[in-house]
Amino acid sequence: MISFEPTEEQQIARDAMHEFAAAALRPVARECDESASLPENVLEPMHQLGLGSTQLPAEHGGGGEARSPITNALVLEELAWGDAGLALAAVAPAAFAFAVADFGTDEQKRALLPLFCGARFHAASLAVIEPGPASDAALPRTLAEPKGAGFVLSGSKRFVPLADRASHFLVIARNNGGQDAFVVPRDAAGLRIGQPDAKLGLRALPTASLELERVELPASARLGGARGCDVRRILDSSRAAIAAALVGLARGVLDYAVPYAKEREAFGQAIARKQAIAFRLADMHIEVESMRWLAWKAASRLERGLSATRAAHHAHAYAAEQAMWIADEGVQVLGGHGFIREHPVEMWYRNARTLSVLEGTLGL
Amino acid sequence: MIDFELTHNDQKVLAAVREQSLVCRRYARHYDENEHEFPPDALPEAKDHPPAYAMLRDRAPDDTSFPVMSMLIVAGESWGDYSVRMRRGTGGLGNAALRAAGTPEQQKKWGGLTLAMAITEPGCGSDPSRVQTTAVLDAASDEWVLNGEKIFVTTGCRAQGVVVWATIDKSAGRAGIKSFLVEKGAPGFIVAHKEKKLGIRADDTAAYVFEDCRIPRGNLLGGDETIPKESSGGFKGVLKTFNMTRPAVAAIGLGMAEAALDFTRDELEKAGVAIEYGGGLHTQSAVVARFLKLEALFEAAQLTVLRAAWLSGQSQPNNLEASVCKAKAGTAVRKITQGCIEILGPMGISREHLLEKWFRDVRITDIYEGTGEIQRMIAARTILGYGRDELS
Repeated sequence: MISFEPTEEQQIARDAMHEFAAAALRPVARECDESASLPENVLEPMHQLGLGSTQLPAEHGGGGEARSPITNALVLEELAWGDAGLALAAVAPAAFAFAVADFGTDEQKRALLPLFCGARFHAASLAVIEPGPASDAALPRTLAEPKGAGFVLSGSKRFVPLADRASHFLVIARNNGGQDAFVVPRDAAGLRIGQPDAKLGLRALPTASLELERVELPASARLGGARGCDVRRILDSSRAAIAAALVGLARGVLDYAVPYAKEREAFGQAIARKQAIAFRLADMHIEVESMRWLAWKAASRLERGLSATRAAHHAHAYAAEQAMWIADEGVQVLGGHGFIREHPVEMWYRNARTLSVLEGTLGL
Repeated sequence: MIDFELTHNDQKVLAAVREQSLVCRRYARHYDENEHEFPPDALPEAKDHPPAYAMLRDRAPDDTSFPVMSMLIVAGESWGDYSVRMRRGTGGLGNAALRAAGTPEQQKKWGGLTLAMAITEPGCGSDPSRVQTTAVLDAASDEWVLNGEKIFVTTGCRAQGVVVWATIDKSAGRAGIKSFLVEKGAPGFIVAHKEKKLGIRADDTAAYVFEDCRIPRGNLLGGDETIPKESSGGFKGVLKTFNMTRPAVAAIGLGMAEAALDFTRDELEKAGVAIEYGGGLHTQSAVVARFLKLEALFEAAQLTVLRAAWLSGQSQPNNLEASVCKAKAGTAVRKITQGCIEILGPMGISREHLLEKWFRDVRITDIYEGTGEIQRMIAARTILGYGRDELS
């Protein structure tokens, strides 16, 4: 049945997340961007909200709630409204944990899931993006070759979230003509973690590249063991989640531009009273809505266990383009003030470009 | 719960609509090329196809709501063709106005007739408060005397009557504008011609002339002859009918845009170009990337329409969303049909195929029932919290 009605619990979660984003993320976002740092005192409260653990199985220490990509999309929109970089940092470990919960063997779940259900934030993340142009998350160049009962991984990954502190990475690699995901511990021999990336945007989110030089892994490192896992599903989830984050980012720009345009005067009246500005704001609103429904649709298909490749593609590709457009227009509405760092819009402009390039880094 | 899947019942109804719609499509080119003809009230095939809306009577509680299904049905019908229908509905836009604003006696007397709505004039379209057609009360005979010209009257040739917007006091501006019920055949009411158009050529779009057209005093829609001082209440009553007609017009355009996408996808596949969703846009060929973008645009616009209709089904206000979806779809269908032609090249412009017709037909949906600019104006006023005097 076609319905746009979030459940009562989802509305409560969304409202709580919005309050948190306004009170805890907005005030520190600029400082984190300027210093390219991710303070623990921002991460910990986000962990206390139970972002990652409530939807992990109770037997492994989680909250035991059913996984809901829809709830996660609603939550992520609010967090990214606060700050996209901090939002991604907060949920990156959940992407790892959810993949393990969905596809891992009992042994993998027992070993890894409790890490995310402790009192403190625990970092781990997906390693999907590869260097070079036309990198395709679905067709990685990183290679897994059999060796004895195990595997040898060779290749490079880029912009891996939380690489500075993650205990494990889930590395997507080509294996025997298909794709697989491998759990690679931080201290694996042959794994070199690069210096923190200097980035255009999302500077609060630490990322780095991974060099995998013949990293030898036991058979048990392959996610799902002999069964393997559905890499496509992980990537679809990731696209859907990034789409939701892009909605939040874009809405943040609109929410900032509207009151600004009503206050700023030119030629004797508020610039919002000029069609050139008013129509631009209307279009920004129209696109925020459009993006959101596409993100919801992708999340809903994931939640129902249906194929979501097409929906996730559309949600991600559309949101990436429109968020960039909205951030661009946001700068224009603010004019010179859109260009100076006293206002957050220039940061969102950089964040939009950066976030829309990322794909496959958070599979919620 | 947020959900975008159609139930089994929903799918059955929409499959039936598509089947009928394909029958209609067989006639599409003929009525496009023969603009002076009207498609019949019912196609010969109608006897084999029960009306789709009748299937909506038999619904389970978890089926998609009536307003949302209506939008999908409207889109499914225009997917076949804009103008050719298995059965022509009897109502016109005037009937919606009658239902919204008519007195019980007027409902009784006029409800059974197909009523067109005549608002636009050669000198005023988007701003109906500039209506120049006059209605003057002749107290001696207790009649209104109408004078003026109306254009772009949808269903204007076939309608049995019309709701005409006219001013009873030009100095009163918007407040002076009233709607009048006029029957075909009233003295001085002339159906001047059928308009010649870019697209939707088979559609019945008329131009009217009123020359000292006399109608009974009781034909003023709603019966209120007073001119309000401040509010434009009566005017608003009629504008309210747009909250479902705007999403419907958006859905009409999207039906045709989807036909264009389906045709383009089929032709690409025949040429060995497969549409893949797994890779990012940056990994696709230019043609596939272009197609994927158009498809995503279609989905986005469609969801805004379903959102507006869903709100209406929840009895929630949807004034903003009705404008949002009309603006979004109006632009989207233009881009989609233009883009499909670009992708297919010569095949796109040949009249051997319907793509060039869809390209012409969709264009109206960003114009009538409020242009895209009017929709943006409404949306902008709403999100900025501005009234008419602050933003126009």
